[in-house]
Amino acid sequence: MLGAGWWMGRPRYFLVFVRELTAFFIGAYLVFLLILIKQVAEGAEAYQSYVDFLASPGMIAFHVVAFFFAMFHSISFFNLIPQGMAIRIGEERVHPALISGPNYVFWAVATAVVLLVILL
Amino acid sequence: MAADQAVERSGDSVRAASGGVAPAESITLEVYRYDPSTGEESFQSYDVEFEDDWVVLDALNHIKDTIDGTLSYRWSCRMGVCGSCGMMVSGYPKLTCSAFLRDYLPGPIRVEPLLNFEVERDLIIDFDGFLEKLESVKPWIIRDQDKPIEDGEYLQTPAQLASYKNYTMCINCMLCYAACPVFGHNPDFLGPAALALAHRYNLDSRDEGREQRLKVILSNDGIWDCTFVGECSIVCPKGVDPAGAIQQSKVTGAMEYYKSFLAPWKSRK
Repeated sequence: MLGAGWWMGRPRYFLVFVRELTAFFIGAYLVFLLILIKQVAEGAEAYQSYVDFLASPGMIAFHVVAFFFAMFHSISFFNLIPQGMAIRIGEERVHPALISGPNYVFWAVATAVVLLVILL
Repeated sequence: MAADQAVERSGDSVRAASGGVAPAESITLEVYRYDPSTGEESFQSYDVEFEDDWVVLDALNHIKDTIDGTLSYRWSCRMGVCGSCGMMVSGYPKLTCSAFLRDYLPGPIRVEPLLNFEVERDLIIDFDGFLEKLESVKPWIIRDQDKPIEDGEYLQTPAQLASYKNYTMCINCMLCYAACPVFGHNPDFLGPAALALAHRYNLDSRDEGREQRLKVILSNDGIWDCTFVGECSIVCPKGVDPAGAIQQSKVTGAMEYYKSFLAPWKSRK
């Protein structure tokens, strides 16, 4: 049986552990997002007070950390996708970049669309 | 190595001296020892002369032949084919027949039994559980009805062969199990090699036993336990990709799940 500190034994174990840990921050972010939707439904005053709460230093710090964890989570899984998808042309497997690449392209397009909606 | 070499012991440390002359260069191996009759475990240091073309297994054989005949370990082919000599070499699962001493200079090299297994004695692990797991995934070609021998062989195209060939390279050395923290936490996990082998036969165009294997690989201790650490594929000495095989099997498993809703009459029994 492995000891409690197994995840510190090798760099790869550590990175996997961090990848698993990202789920907590992404989950917590979604909870704050759901509360935001609820506050919007409750009216302008409730929405404004929640926005003020989100602007507090602690919440900004949380969102910065959650952002970097979300980036790490997405990038690590995009890079793992080719290993889990055995697409073949004849006897050869398709190059990994041709599988992970479209994910990055779609990610960039989706981000651009979201930014357009927010900024325009 | 001469059998009449002088051996002098000092506490836990053992030193071999050839004809009374200390070797010009040496390297220390710190070897795990376990005596099942007393339950005692320890590390014993052996200084062996350094040879540029020696692997860790050569050093262990030298120790057993000339310094300490009580040291126990498994080995057979000495050329990375039999899969017997897997051990933890300085904390990393390796075939000791392909771990060169020169890559660990100046030493010491710590040699331990494969992680995550019960130890029988010194560097020998108990792999009965591994063999049971291998057998449970039915790693052979299953046919609903065998065709008569006179009808000839089952033919495959090069592309059909290529789809599973990587997984046929497994030599059952169990390095992947020593590298897998999921198996380290749950000894019942089927593990990388068994699941890769199941995938190998599921991909084989001659096989018709996929349904039987899915029952095993989709069970509680099957593919869903894997958290895609991926270290199994990194340590594999034969370039097999068990982590990829398991993720691909997860896609199959997820499709089976959705099929049970969308087309329940076609789903598995």
